[in-house]
This record gives sequence, C-alpha cells and structure tokens, in this order.
Amino acid sequence: MPAKPSILTRISASAVAGGIEVFARLVTAVRADWRGVEPLPGTRVYYANHASNGDFVLIWAVLPPRLRDRVRPVAGADYWLSTPIKRFVGQHVFNALLIDRIGAGPREAPVEQMSEALDGGSSLILFPEGTRNLTAEKLLPFKTGLFHLATARPEVDLVPVWIENLNRVMPKGEVVPIPLLCRVRFGAPVRLKPHESKDAFLTRSRDALLALSEDAS
Amino acid sequence: MIPDLITLLLWVGGLLIVASAVGYVLQRRLSPEGQNEGVENLVARIRAWWVMAILIAVAFLAGRTGVVILFALCSFAALREFVTLTNARRADHWTLAISFFVVIPLQYWLVWAGEYGIYSIYIPVYAFLLGPIISALRGETDNFLIRVAEIQWGLMIAVFAVSHVPALLTLEIPGYEGRGVLLIAFLIVVVQMSDVLQYVWGKLLGRRKIAPRLSPGKTVEGFFGGVLSATAIGLMLYWITPFTPLQAGLMAFTIAIMGFCGGLVMSAIKRDRGVKDWGHTIEGHGGFIDRLDSVVFSAPIFFHLTRYWWT
Repeated sequence: MPAKPSILTRISASAVAGGIEVFARLVTAVRADWRGVEPLPGTRVYYANHASNGDFVLIWAVLPPRLRDRVRPVAGADYWLSTPIKRFVGQHVFNALLIDRIGAGPREAPVEQMSEALDGGSSLILFPEGTRNLTAEKLLPFKTGLFHLATARPEVDLVPVWIENLNRVMPKGEVVPIPLLCRVRFGAPVRLKPHESKDAFLTRSRDALLALSEDAS
Repeated sequence: MIPDLITLLLWVGGLLIVASAVGYVLQRRLSPEGQNEGVENLVARIRAWWVMAILIAVAFLAGRTGVVILFALCSFAALREFVTLTNARRADHWTLAISFFVVIPLQYWLVWAGEYGIYSIYIPVYAFLLGPIISALRGETDNFLIRVAEIQWGLMIAVFAVSHVPALLTLEIPGYEGRGVLLIAFLIVVVQMSDVLQYVWGKLLGRRKIAPRLSPGKTVEGFFGGVLSATAIGLMLYWITPFTPLQAGLMAFTIAIMGFCGGLVMSAIKRDRGVKDWGHTIEGHGGFIDRLDSVVFSAPIFFHLTRYWWT
C-alpha cells in the first residue's frame, strides 16, 4: 500500500463518494433487502451478479457506513489503473482491491491478495462470473476464484447478493442511464463444506444466488 | 395571499400534531413492540405526511419556481416507478432517456413560463408522435405497440397530469391575483383528506366491498363517507378559493370522485403487474404514484373546469 493519503486527497475522495452516492440514489432509488443476513459488521465476502459497471456502486451505496468503510470491491487492475481519474476513484473512493486479470503474475496471487485483505479485517465484494454478463442468461457459470477463496478462508461467510434491474438502467453500449427502481437483496451466507468438491461448491453457491433472484417480494 | 396561506398551514400543522398524538397513543397501547402492522403503518404514514406537508409548505413560500421544481421532481420519481413496471427494452433506451431528461424539464419549464398553448399539447401531440418514431428507428418490433403505449401512458400520467398542479398557478382569475398557491392547497387538501377519510370511514363502518377485484380494501361505506366528508371540507375551505361555498363544494366533490377513480385505475395496473405498491421510496406509503394517483386524475379536470369558468 502507498503512504497514507493527504488530507486534500481524503476530502476530495469523500466528496466524490458523496456525489456518486447521490447520483446512484437519484437514478435507482436503491433499497437494500436483508433477507438472509443482518447488516452487521464482520468479515464477509459479498458475491453478486455482474451485469453492469455500476454493480459494486449499488452494493457499496446500500451498506451502512460502518460496513461500507470496511468493504473493498475486487476489481481488475487493467481497468482501474488505466487513467488517473479511474486510479483515484478506484484507490481512494472505493478502496478497491485491484487484481491482475491479465495473468502476468502467478495464478494464486489474486486469492492470496484477497485472503490477506480478509485477514486485515476487510470485507470483499466479488463478482464470481468473472466478467460482465451481457448475455440473455440470468447468471453466467462461476469462475473458480470463489472456490479457491473459500478453500483458503473456510471460516468466512460468503453472502450472495442479487442486484435487481441495474442491467436495465444502463444496458451495454449506452451512455445515458435510465432511471429505474433497483433493489439489492442479501441472502443467507454460504460456506465451503468439508470435503466438498469444486464443482459441487460452485453449483451450490451459484444456485443460492439464483434462488435469491427469483425471491421477489 | 400570505395571511390565508399561513392560516391554512397552521390548520394543517394542527391536524398533523393531532394525528401524531393519536398515532403515539395507539402505538403505546396496541403495538409497544411494533407487533401491530396496521398501527406501525399508520405511524409511518403520519411521519411521511409531515415530510410532504413541510416540503409543500416550503415550495409554496418559495413561490412559482419552488412549486414547479417540487412537482417536476415528483414527476421524475413517478415516471421512474412507472417505467420500472413496463416492458421497455433496449430499443426504447433513447425514447426513455428523452422522456426523463428532455420531456420532463421542458414540460415544467413551459408551465413555469405560463405557455398554456404549448404545455397543454406538448406531450399529447409532440411527445406522442416523436417517441414511437425514435423507438421504431431501432428496428425492434417485438411488443412494439405495448412498449410504445406504455411509455406514452407513463408520460401522460406521471408528467402531463401531474404538471397540471403547478399549472394552476398560471391561471389568471379576476379578483384572485397572486393567490394561485391556495388553489393548489385546495386541491391537495381535498384529495388527501378524501383518501384518508375513505380509509377511516372504511375502517369504522366498512362492510360491502366496492371493487373487490381491484382494491379489496375499499368499501362502499368508505367511499360515500370519504367523498361526502371531503366535499364538506372543500365547502368549508371556500374562503381560500375564488368559488362560492356551493361551487367549492361541487369542485371538491368532483375532485374526490376523480381521485377515487384514479386510485382504482392505478390499482388495476398494479394488479396486472402483480405488485402491491408502485415503489418503496416513501416509508409506509409505498411509492410516489401510490400517493399521487388521486391527484393525477383530479388535477387536469380541476384545472380545466377552473380555467373554463373562471378565467
């Protein structure tokens, strides 16, 4: 980690954070629906469907301040380090955990990075589909990252999070968002069972997220 | 204008204090642990009424600009709820973007400027014809008529009809100069009291359901009780209007009937889409449209009746 940011950086970061939150709420009037867990502090991995660039912003916006201070979205370094503005927003506003998706480093590195962050008391926001879902499918098959993280830190709660409607707000290739009501639904936590196989775990955690999507109120 | 407006606001404030006190007592007696859903909902509603009353009061004191901005924001929130429940898809993206970011500001700017000749036809003529053209250019024909009709309905309900509330300020009624906000206050008080009193009369005496398939909570007794009490309230409020007591009563009666029917129509849409409320934005009330539905149907009629006979 770089040296502690200056006061000026911190002030502008919280101003930008406030602006992003007001904008997100104006467009989506987003509301949290805590179905399977309470919004309590503690180390957790929030894993969610990924259909829009704004996904982690909505999760971040609905978390109570105490949880929000501790949460770090896991994101691709190639995207977030590409321009100075993105670098500032990723690093100082969202405190993103940037991982190398290009594959220059060793394969285990991202899981190690995430485990370290969890050990340090942070929670994570993770999109196990690995990429934005631009298909008609509700949810793509999960990449293996969630399994490896669950193997490395089996005592951490993995909370499924379904983000509803955001893909309609800003479909692929559009620049102007359409205001629509969105909801963020938090399900009951999942953990890796002893001797559970990779495929069984990935199917089970994906099904938990899918079940949440059909659980309309 | 200020003395009468202050008097009215004091009355509304007093009424809300009484309502809050009743809510407090009910909560202490029947729902100390929050177990009685009806009471909890009532308390949440009263709290939301406070917010609404304060916002409207501030807008009134800020004059025409304040009122126009307040209702433009209401239109934005209402259209956002309406579009959420429609079949709109990617091909409608620009139609929707223009509806939100061009049609709403333009309509309210025209209302603010008092351009009756344009704002009264701008959405029914221009938006009605241009919207489908933009959607058609994207070439997506699935459900085309449904999608286009839904967006137009959304604009008529959430924007066109709602904008007739601030438009009341632009009416030039001889002998009533500068008192336009009181016409809005009259409309809102009558509509809200009609809604509340239908609920209260229904709870007290309600036996026979009036529209079991659309709105199972509404009863014949509630309907008559609410409409007649709202008419009486409107009659007693004649001093803030340009009307005689009898005319004020008849206007209030029309407003209450239209409001009731508006509630039924909007319920039918909710049933069709399988939702209980239009949204989740206002604690205890659901969405903006849940609170605006009666205003939506009564405002344009009230506006045109007043315009036709009094200007």
